[in-house]
Amino acid sequence: MARGVHDLGGAPTQAPIDRSEHQLADWELLMDALVGTLGRRGLMNVDELRRGIESMPRAEYERASYYERWLYSVESILAEKGVVAAGELDARLGT
Amino acid sequence: MYRIGQRVRVSARPHEGHHRTPGYVKGKIGRVERMHASFTNPETRAYGTDGLPKQPLYLVAFSQRDLWPGYRGRAGDQVYVDVFEHWLEVAE
Amino acid sequence: MSDHEHDHDHSHTPITNGGEPAAAARVRALEELLVEKGVIAREDVRARVDWLVSRTPADGARLVARAWVDPAFKHRLLADARAAALELGLDPGPSPVVVAVENTPAVHHMVVCTLCSCYPKALLGPPPDWYKSTPYRSRAVSDPRGVLSEFGVELEDEVEVRVVDSTADIRYLVVPRRPAGSETTGEEELAALVTRDSMIGVAVPAATAPAAS
Repeated sequence: MARGVHDLGGAPTQAPIDRSEHQLADWELLMDALVGTLGRRGLMNVDELRRGIESMPRAEYERASYYERWLYSVESILAEKGVVAAGELDARLGT
Repeated sequence: MYRIGQRVRVSARPHEGHHRTPGYVKGKIGRVERMHASFTNPETRAYGTDGLPKQPLYLVAFSQRDLWPGYRGRAGDQVYVDVFEHWLEVAE
Repeated sequence: MSDHEHDHDHSHTPITNGGEPAAAARVRALEELLVEKGVIAREDVRARVDWLVSRTPADGARLVARAWVDPAFKHRLLADARAAALELGLDPGPSPVVVAVENTPAVHHMVVCTLCSCYPKALLGPPPDWYKSTPYRSRAVSDPRGVLSEFGVELEDEVEVRVVDSTADIRYLVVPRRPAGSETTGEEELAALVTRDSMIGVAVPAATAPAAS
């Protein structure tokens, strides 16, 4: 049975555990805070956040950093709910 | 409703969409270690509903030897996983 | 950042000016957009950031140290860690249930979230990168002794390893064993011996405080 990109328990891996740590960058703290704030406003819950992350194509999921996954999810879920229109953020960034 | 100490099997049914039962315990037999309170159902709450009615959640203990062929640790090693009641079946 | 080698589990994010990934500007623009639309209030976001940066493992360590010196408290901690935290004036966070699991001479616990990164961050601060990494999430359940070995933990022969996979609403915290030789150490000094990693279950407290990092 196919497992989701996120369903990693027991997945075969040869990679050692990289124990280096980094302090969260301002943008990462902001990303975390945005999700918490959206949650308190009832606009997006943690189950939706996870569902959004799990919907990432595998290659993107593996390439993305932790908070990049959150960003992907929030953009998907908010677009789905019509809170932010598709392309609206890109237009704002001029991308 | 399951009792502490009861043998249970985790369903191996296919499930499209968000759920919190990890693949490595699906179809496996474990033992109820604790009954937690009931919580909103992530499978529905992930799609914009309120996740009600709440579902009972259990801490289920699995023997490592039952999970992984060739497990190299000790015979008594275990993994404990929180599993919702609707993913559990009675195991004989 | 560590030396780059093959087979490590970093992402490679595109770097823009100032060494930030492209996501950084995107997140900031997203905040602006949501504030402009009145969807969120900036002060709520600020408050949430302030809360996040206030979280450290010192809170978890206080719970453990109190449990080590006060058996009745330990009993309450193991029954309901959330209530025990509140008893000490600590913030257990939004998680409805926090469960403390105790390491003993017979059992060593290790916590993971194989599906994402669930972690008692109110009591321990943000999880380390490795906790959220693919190798840890994959191997913690299938090869915990290998993982412990990588972390430099040597267990006695008869100890059983119990991995706890936080898949749902419960957040788990390990109460490590009080180190031998700390029997006369006071509570405050004991708290300094309790490392974050020991409350995840990938380290064992030593009888002397770790060097300041």
